Amino acid sequence: MGFQLSEEQQMFRSAVRALAEKELKPRAREIDESAEFPVDLIPKMAEMGLLSMAIPEECDGADVGAISIAIAIEEIGRVCGSTGLSVAAHTSLGCFPLARWGTPEQKGRWLPLLGSGASMGALCLTEPGAGSDLRGVKARGVRDRGDWVISGTKAWITNASLAKVLVVYLQTDPEAGKRGYSMLLVETDRPGVTIHPKEKKMGVRGSPTHQVSFDDVRVPAENLLGEEGRGLQQTLETLDGGRIGIGALAVGIAQGALEEAVTYARERTAFGRPVADFQAIQWMLADAETEIEAARLLVRRAAWLKEHGQRFTREAAMAKLYASEMAERVTRNAIQILGSYGYSSEYPVERMYRDARLMTIGEGTSEVQRLVIARQVLKRY
Amino acid sequence: MHIAICAKQTPSTTAVLAVEDGKVTWSDPGGSPDIANPWDEYAIEEAIRLKEKHGGKVTAISMGPEEAREALKTAIAMGCDEAVLVSDEAMKGSDTLATSYVLAKAIEKLGDVDLVIFGRQAVDGDTGQTSMQVARRLGWTPLSFVVAVDEVDAEGGTVTVTRAIEAGRQKVKGPLPAALSVLKEINEPRYPSFKGIRQATKYMRRSLPIWATADLEADSSKIGAAGSRVRWLQVYALPPKEGECTMIEADSPEAAAAELVDKLLEEKVL
Repeated sequence: MGFQLSEEQQMFRSAVRALAEKELKPRAREIDESAEFPVDLIPKMAEMGLLSMAIPEECDGADVGAISIAIAIEEIGRVCGSTGLSVAAHTSLGCFPLARWGTPEQKGRWLPLLGSGASMGALCLTEPGAGSDLRGVKARGVRDRGDWVISGTKAWITNASLAKVLVVYLQTDPEAGKRGYSMLLVETDRPGVTIHPKEKKMGVRGSPTHQVSFDDVRVPAENLLGEEGRGLQQTLETLDGGRIGIGALAVGIAQGALEEAVTYARERTAFGRPVADFQAIQWMLADAETEIEAARLLVRRAAWLKEHGQRFTREAAMAKLYASEMAERVTRNAIQILGSYGYSSEYPVERMYRDARLMTIGEGTSEVQRLVIARQVLKRY
Repeated sequence: MHIAICAKQTPSTTAVLAVEDGKVTWSDPGGSPDIANPWDEYAIEEAIRLKEKHGGKVTAISMGPEEAREALKTAIAMGCDEAVLVSDEAMKGSDTLATSYVLAKAIEKLGDVDLVIFGRQAVDGDTGQTSMQVARRLGWTPLSFVVAVDEVDAEGGTVTVTRAIEAGRQKVKGPLPAALSVLKEINEPRYPSFKGIRQATKYMRRSLPIWATADLEADSSKIGAAGSRVRWLQVYALPPKEGECTMIEADSPEAAAAELVDKLLEEKVL
């Protein structure tokens, strides 16, 4: 058993950290305040391979494997949660399903565009009235003279405004039970596709989130992604991978907050000594360090299983659940350590706290993760 | 065109250094304690850009212990075609005079190099001498403090560069082969790509040639401590910086600024 990253993974980590420190960290506050994704950085991220991490080499991707994806998302999240979320969604929800179930034509057409960042990846899954309940979606795809006609509304879609193609999860046969769902690829310039204005959010504000409506959008039969009727299973598999990404992002946000708290605690004095000398502060730092490490190990183990082709549903759910709830505690305590300054937007920890808050909701709430884990536990013993 | 770059592995710029009994050790909790000398990244970038423009190949050369491969790994990850580690127990304790001898020998062994590019200095030794010593040893055109490579005319055998000098800029043209040392202004180094990193780790494992003194047909009296003229008599850590904070209080921001300027002039900061 080994806990050491490979030489290659260590070098990925340093390279991503260098980019994050230089390009993203100085702008993270502005990205949050303006709620604008840093689109000018897309070419730099693409050149490095950050946007083709889940794209196979034959499609000109970097194909770095689940562990390196987790490392990269953690490093970006450490300085900018917004960029971290958009890269995570692009990789796990946009690129992954195309790489996994795409036909050679679909892959050849779309993956180079995704890898270069010309289109950011987006998965249209959640609806105004259905999120956790995947079988409750109302958006429909109906066969019509060899085409598909799509109608319905999707909500909370990360990256939709930066996408040229959407992966859309739809009910395609109401009679077929859990085999009545499919994934379709929908180009965003098709007549009838409306990307609504950006949602106003508490955190990860620089990562654009939109409602998307489909008004009798007609796409050809070859836009079916994967197998007709297998959409539910495909979506569940996609989400398993996405959870590793959100877990990694939560670890990164918490790590960033801990580092800010340590720096501040060393500099700030009270009663004639740095506040880092006081046990009340030290205990918070010790708990943060321990919980971050525990979460990181859960995330990396889930990633390791995925990379080695083993089942990882339970592990990904545990990683996402623990890491996201941990990030809430750690960012909360980071604000506590910085006191009034922590509450001020002059320091980054309040942003990190707001960013962390999404982690227990997006790509499966904590409650859904517990449900997934409990099902596995009850099956097991 | 065959371009060589010389690069060195140095402690990371965020590493915490400690000195005990004249021995320097370092660690970096935030990442790798050893990195490619940051100045050398500008040399690597410039070499790759010249190759992209004119064709040919780029070879990275580094002298150091067997395990000191960070600089070469970075060079390959950024886009250099080949790398050579020059390493030998006998090379230990080299000053810049001995280092330049070894590097010149390695460049001669490569055979067909038109241009060798260096970063202006290494962040550990900070001498900034090696590049020009190599030029002298090879008898090549020495072009230091280069901020732009304006033209390379491989057929005509000339290179035109802009140098930074104290009074401004100087444009000079010289015959190839030439040795350049470059400044930060010259370019913005690219980040190593994931594909490059994969290639680099493979290259380091399978293909990296290691040249020893014998491979270079070098004179052993000119290398390592034997070939060096500089001795490290003492190494010690600087005493911690001390300072005090004075708050300037005045009736208006303008008055406070004026007082600040006075104090800065008094302290000869301005």
